[in-house]
Amino acid sequence: MVEEFELEESELGMDARLYEELGLDSLDSVDMVVALEKAFDTRMGQEEELREIRTVGDICRFIEKLQKERAEQA
Amino acid sequence: MSGKRVVITGRGAVSPYGTGCAVFFDGLWKGESPVVIMPEWQRISGLYSYLAAPVPDFDPKKLIPRKFRRTMGPMSIYATLASMEAAREAGLDKECLTGGETGVAIGSTTGSPSVFEEFYRKFLPDETVEDMRSGMFFKIMGHSCSANVSLALGIRGEQWAPASACTSAAQALGLGYMLVASGRQKVMLCGGADEVHSTVTMVFDVLHAASRKHDPPFMTPSPFDEERDGVVCGAGAGMLVLEEYEHAVSRGARIFAEIKGFGHVNDCGNVAAPGADVMAAAMKKAMKEAGVVPDDVDYVSAHATGTEQGDVAEGRAVAMTLGGRVAVSSLKGHIGHALGAAGGLETVALLEMMRREEALPTLNLKRPDRAVEGLNLLMGRPVAKRMDVVLKNNFALGGVNTSLVFRRI
Repeated sequence: MVEEFELEESELGMDARLYEELGLDSLDSVDMVVALEKAFDTRMGQEEELREIRTVGDICRFIEKLQKERAEQA
Repeated sequence: MSGKRVVITGRGAVSPYGTGCAVFFDGLWKGESPVVIMPEWQRISGLYSYLAAPVPDFDPKKLIPRKFRRTMGPMSIYATLASMEAAREAGLDKECLTGGETGVAIGSTTGSPSVFEEFYRKFLPDETVEDMRSGMFFKIMGHSCSANVSLALGIRGEQWAPASACTSAAQALGLGYMLVASGRQKVMLCGGADEVHSTVTMVFDVLHAASRKHDPPFMTPSPFDEERDGVVCGAGAGMLVLEEYEHAVSRGARIFAEIKGFGHVNDCGNVAAPGADVMAAAMKKAMKEAGVVPDDVDYVSAHATGTEQGDVAEGRAVAMTLGGRVAVSSLKGHIGHALGAAGGLETVALLEMMRREEALPTLNLKRPDRAVEGLNLLMGRPVAKRMDVVLKNNFALGGVNTSLVFRRI
């Protein structure tokens, strides 16, 4: 996230709101998914729950859940 | 042309010499060649010209914030930096720039070729659009430069994107001239941009019109020279601030020159071969509109790119229109053929020549082709010359022939 959006690591608290505080917009949310897919080596672009993500913490919880689900399916 | 008077109050440049007008002028006046070999092009089967005049690497991160930069390919970055410089030199305040009375006209050959390559490398051979970034389309769309500059500068006036390869910037200048003269806009940021890319050089090389003088690279291209062997593609952006005369005067702006005429004629004879008659027609139209006769003209900034046919055709056109007295040179010996940026960069340089009262020679021109012998072709060093009325020619593949008349005021 720091690299992709040229943010400071200190800005990325768990409660940091992506749109209101970090200044991301709809184009950025597309790029965010692409960056996360690369970082975690897993497709997630069509997951419904992506739309609910509002904070950095939401991203973390989403990824953790996804990884758990994928591990269980494997 | 009836209407309001149009003057130029600002200039910006990104060129093969670097970012900014200062390094551009420095390189031009020192007569240094920025032409280099592109070693990675040598892998391309069927390409035999590996020469280019690219913009030297620089980091745009410090110069343009990410929120504007994410939709910019290299050409849009060049256009934005040049536009910012031009607006700064013109002293356009925020109200003027963003209030709706300033518009933009910026052209390029296509959207970013390097981004097209990036897209197709991922898309083919399996047809996948996974991993496509959101900024991709904006970097390759036809109006990438004008859209990105408008976004970055906060433009609320008219946005235009005339794309015509080698005449993109000249058309943008002509268009801006008409929009200000008609009263639709008070100020227009006009010019063009382009990138160096193997697929662009390929266009010329396939037609045997690209230079293959690799050893050494810095003596090519040589417009008008009997040993010339074709174009070398260059990159960058040249931007001008065009402004309604009364508006410029009332805010105490510095005026570089007035645009007095724009000749614009299509050549339907052949899509690639240049025609002296049509080039002459464009020059004559511009001069008629400007109310000038051949004796009034002090200098011609030629298009001449270093091709066998093009240079001779333009030479004949100049001879037909102006005779052999007028001083002529082409800047393509210095910066190569910057395509969409050519008219913009060459006009920025032309205005500086008028300001310094020094005409630049054609770099690398040693012995003029017999066919253009009668012309007053400047060679060697810059020459002291007062220039009040000048012509700027640009001609494009596809038939567009343009000529602009600038006058000192």
